[in-house]
Amino acid sequence: MICPSASQLSSLALLGFGDCGWGAVLLAGFVNSLLIAIGAYALGFIIGITGAFGKLYGGPVGRDLWASYTTLVRAVPELVLILILYYAVPGLINEMLVSIGHGRIDLPQFVTGIIVLSVVQGAYQTEVLRGAIIAVPQGQIQAARAMGMSPAQVARRVIFPLMTANAVPGLGNQWLNATKDTALLAVIGFAELSKATYLASSATKAFFTFYSASMLLYLIMSLISIYFFGRIEKWARKGQRSSAR
Amino acid sequence: MTKSLLKPHRVVLIFLCVAIIAYCILALNWSWLADPEYQMLIVKGVWWAIWLTALTMGVGMMLALPIGLAQAAGPWYLSWPSRIFCTVIRGTPLLMQIWLIYYGVGSLFPSVPWIRDSSLWPLLRQGWPYAVLALTLSAAGYEAEVMRGAFRSVPHGQLEAAKAMGMPRFAILYRIWMPQALRRALTTIGGDTVLQLKATPLVSTVTIMELYGAIRKIRSDTLIIYEPLLLLAVIYMAMTGVIVMFFRWLERQTPVRLA
Repeated sequence: MICPSASQLSSLALLGFGDCGWGAVLLAGFVNSLLIAIGAYALGFIIGITGAFGKLYGGPVGRDLWASYTTLVRAVPELVLILILYYAVPGLINEMLVSIGHGRIDLPQFVTGIIVLSVVQGAYQTEVLRGAIIAVPQGQIQAARAMGMSPAQVARRVIFPLMTANAVPGLGNQWLNATKDTALLAVIGFAELSKATYLASSATKAFFTFYSASMLLYLIMSLISIYFFGRIEKWARKGQRSSAR
Repeated sequence: MTKSLLKPHRVVLIFLCVAIIAYCILALNWSWLADPEYQMLIVKGVWWAIWLTALTMGVGMMLALPIGLAQAAGPWYLSWPSRIFCTVIRGTPLLMQIWLIYYGVGSLFPSVPWIRDSSLWPLLRQGWPYAVLALTLSAAGYEAEVMRGAFRSVPHGQLEAAKAMGMPRFAILYRIWMPQALRRALTTIGGDTVLQLKATPLVSTVTIMELYGAIRKIRSDTLIIYEPLLLLAVIYMAMTGVIVMFFRWLERQTPVRLA
């Protein structure tokens, strides 16, 4: 089908799902952004939990290594880190595969994006979780030790339940950062929401329509996330004494 | 300080670190650094990053004070627009904001005849006014949220005492409320200044040759992948260190005793 030139189409037609609309492209980009954000956030959380315990109880060497990781990652712009890792990660993985006698593989951009963003997320989540663990009253941990619990039991029964409420606001911020950081992957050419918007708007010259539309998508995602993290925090604080305000 | 560095495991780690740095210096290809053209690009890029950060953070802070105050104590017709502004700025990626302003606003201007004919047109054809505007608005949005909390955290008794002393409202704001709020927010503002520095590479996507843009040009000219990026990371870390030290110094200069 031949489309009329973009200037003759209304904003709604441009954003629609018809043959001449870019709605499907934008929506696919949005889903890609969301999937990458979820993947990076989950992987970052695993790194963060490991890092937080490592930084607090990891012994002298582990402590220093984790400290250098968080300091380095947080001092370099995300965009630059993403670029460095984008070239370094597939190379490293291939070298590892070759050294164990496996053939080289072509890492999909999607997976590289998740790994790269999770390294950034992990550093910030380490700091959030470390702060949440420190905020658990020392007496609770000592009491658990005195009851004869093993370190794993202390972590599972005392530290995790008590740190959750402290960690939720910070983790919520990090989730918002994860969704916004996916926009940076546009610079390395990954087809997420920003890249889709860029393509759609430069093809049709309807810059305002497309940028407003996709910013609205990001905004809606943020608002929904803020609402849910508020609910989670309320749930996690259940049964705790509320501080006087 | 030296004692904590001399623990056995630290000595080993430092040795490893030095070894890695030595390997990077000796084994990697740094010959491109000798080219005066590239040296100039990098120096100019550092200057861009510094003045972009300082200017946008400074102007953003000036905008953030009234916006934060409006949210903390303003009537609804001031506090609601401020809150919406902060939510939109904080809820959308900075890259999209820069692109919206550069491509969106920038594409409107050529179609307006009186702007095309005005003496400002040569300025508006370049990328940096849009980048500065986007970064300033972003800083204003984030810092307004910080200032909202800081204004709220000043104890009410301080303001009541000032009122009881017969101070006019503006004197209360300038002599009691704002100084205490700013002191409380100083640490956060320092952290956000580092974030602002780390946001500046984004403006290279709208044709500005700042530090990251310069490095990108070097990479595409010389076809060297890692080395320019490593140098870039080191330069940003050094600039981050300077900002952190500056704010530590600033915090020492201001009285600490908070009521």
